[in-house]
Amino acid sequence: MHKGCGMAPKKAARKQTKTEPSRVRVSEARPGLDPIEAPGRYEATREELTEFYRQMLLIRRFEEKAGQLYGMGLIGGFCHLYIGQEAVVVGLQSAMKEQDSVITGYRDHGHMLACGIPAKVVMAELTGRAAGISKGKGGSMHMFSVEHGFYGGHGIVAAQVPLGTGLAFAHKYKGDDGVATTYFGDGAANQGQVYESFNMAELWKLPVLYVIENNQYAMGTSVNRASAEHELFRRGESFRIEGMQVNGMDVLDVRGAGDAAYDWIRSGKGPLLIEMMTYRYRGHSMSDPAKYRSRDEVTDVRTKRDPIEAAKVLLLEMGETEDGLKELEKIIRAEVNEAADFAEQTPEPELKELYTDVLVGSYG
Amino acid sequence: MARMTMIEAIRDAQDICMERDDKVVVFGQDVGYFGGVFRCTKGLQEKYGPQRCFDTPINESGIVGAAIGMGAYGLRPCVEIQFADYMYPAYDQIVSEAARLRHRSNKDFIAPLTIRMPTGGGIFGGQTHSQSPEALFAHVSGLKTVIPSNPYDAKGMLIASIEDDDPVIYLEPKRLYNGPFDGHHEAAITPWSKHELGEVPEGHYTVPLGSAAIRRAGSDVTVLAYGTMVHVALAAAEETGVDAEVIDLRSIVPLDLETIKASVEKTGRCVIVHEATRTCGFGAELAALVAHHCFYSLEAPMVRVTGYDTPYPHAHEWDYFPGPARVGKALLHVMETE
Ligand SMILES: Cc1ncc(C[n+]2csc(CCOP(=O)(O)OP(=O)(O)O)c2C)c(N)n1
Ligand SMILES: [Mg+2]
Repeated sequence: MHKGCGMAPKKAARKQTKTEPSRVRVSEARPGLDPIEAPGRYEATREELTEFYRQMLLIRRFEEKAGQLYGMGLIGGFCHLYIGQEAVVVGLQSAMKEQDSVITGYRDHGHMLACGIPAKVVMAELTGRAAGISKGKGGSMHMFSVEHGFYGGHGIVAAQVPLGTGLAFAHKYKGDDGVATTYFGDGAANQGQVYESFNMAELWKLPVLYVIENNQYAMGTSVNRASAEHELFRRGESFRIEGMQVNGMDVLDVRGAGDAAYDWIRSGKGPLLIEMMTYRYRGHSMSDPAKYRSRDEVTDVRTKRDPIEAAKVLLLEMGETEDGLKELEKIIRAEVNEAADFAEQTPEPELKELYTDVLVGSYG
Repeated sequence: MARMTMIEAIRDAQDICMERDDKVVVFGQDVGYFGGVFRCTKGLQEKYGPQRCFDTPINESGIVGAAIGMGAYGLRPCVEIQFADYMYPAYDQIVSEAARLRHRSNKDFIAPLTIRMPTGGGIFGGQTHSQSPEALFAHVSGLKTVIPSNPYDAKGMLIASIEDDDPVIYLEPKRLYNGPFDGHHEAAITPWSKHELGEVPEGHYTVPLGSAAIRRAGSDVTVLAYGTMVHVALAAAEETGVDAEVIDLRSIVPLDLETIKASVEKTGRCVIVHEATRTCGFGAELAALVAHHCFYSLEAPMVRVTGYDTPYPHAHEWDYFPGPARVGKALLHVMETE
């Protein structure tokens, strides 16, 4: 189960398989496309895998806590949890370099933690406090950190895709060998500006990795009901952008694909598209009647494909002990509890903060 | 007669239009199968089939653009943009195509579509889920822009919008969906079932676009408001004891200037209230019109109570939101000035 690597691309099946996606598929070789080889699964050391496990668990516990704070009324409005999708950001982030940049949509807490932003300041942003990473002005969907190469946090579906393309342009312009990783959802993949971006990126050979986090649903709409070409990794083909579909529920598959992708992009071949097959366990935002899928479907993924469980099994096989993992869990829980206490106690921004940073100066 | 929430009234209006005219089609994100994120199209797909009520991908420009094409070929689309904040990708289609088609084709083609969008704040939506973009539509010639403040109007105005041959932007103050929210966010919400305007006639009726309604007659000062701010203004009048005449504009284009003029000529004072940012907000247009038409009746400078000229905030929502305390202060202020 834990071996395996790239499989030969299969013939496109019309019906999407939700339970057992193949590990990796790539665009079929075609004139005009630069063939990419299906990457293998990353062979992590025990230390590396422990670190992946720690980061994934941190995201999960953080999100569970955010859900609780929301229930208690400490977080208001919108709050999109990343539970189930942790392997995607953890695997990819681990393959990035210092100078790389990351941009995503509103389901952004996991991306921020993976970028190394402290849990405290993310949680304090959710509760709208001055110590939050955006001084309480952005909230869950709008967070940023130049220091960590994190360019947001954007509430408008797909708006970040052209922005990520521009980040890539700037990397190339400055010649810093950086890659802009631009995340968006399966639903976002239908916005027109995504395709404007694809065309520019390939035309100008920009160093951008487009990552579609295909968690199967856009709110209550499944991929098949909204997308004519539901094999989203092929969405770049008419722009001559190569694609791969990767099992996003396995952090080592993700990392393997990330290594191959970043190498490919850094060699100057232009953009690349990865469709990460993943799944969100919770509702779209906090109020979601979940009429569009069955409880069994969710349970099935949780029990059979959970990325954190899978990493745990592997770690135990590698010689890690139950006690060691429990200890790690304790440390993570303490970190998350501390973040929650901080987010609850630290003060709101002063009212005059509303007026700062609207423009460079202040007018009127 | 039936007691309805604004959501039910909006649903009912679409139901009636679909029943009466098979050229009416209803679509948008999560509108069909799911019945809309705010449930405003609940049951329509079951009743009329996926041919007439359906989901679209997330592509606002495509939704509005396709609706314009359908309208030009004789259909009567009523589309939903899930939040008004998501209409910007469609703004080009709204401005350059929907608003202009009739004029530039010498009415060979019309754009008889209705674009519904939930608007306004008060739900902790932050900068991308709380905006009030009505002035961006009012500024564009060739569009009608309407904003109901209660279930009765919501139904009558939506039917009128769908039956109208012009493109109508129909803004739904989302904070009013379930009750007449007056800005007292700490208090439990009164349901529409306890409000006289929650009483909605069965079947077909229209509320003409371009007619204002006087919600409270008064002699001291005229308050011009629409949407959620109507209820806030009513609360402010009660709480300050100022005898305000509260006018619910209901439609900002076309605008019922006669009702406004008659009131200001009577009271001699005017307070204008909206949630949207101040600069170039619709209040500026109202102030210009009142200044021009009622100049010799005015006994005090007009006052605007609006959102601040900042993005809609995440923290301090209730300081940003022009609630009854701020409106009340303005009422007292105009009564003191001469
Ligand atoms: C332009 C725009 N249209 C609609 C929305 C409302 N909306 C927010 S998230 C979402 C679904 C997006 O789904 P997907 O891209 O698959 O991302 P996921 O939520 O699954 O992470 C929708 C329709 C929005 N925020 N912006
Ligand atoms: Mg999705």
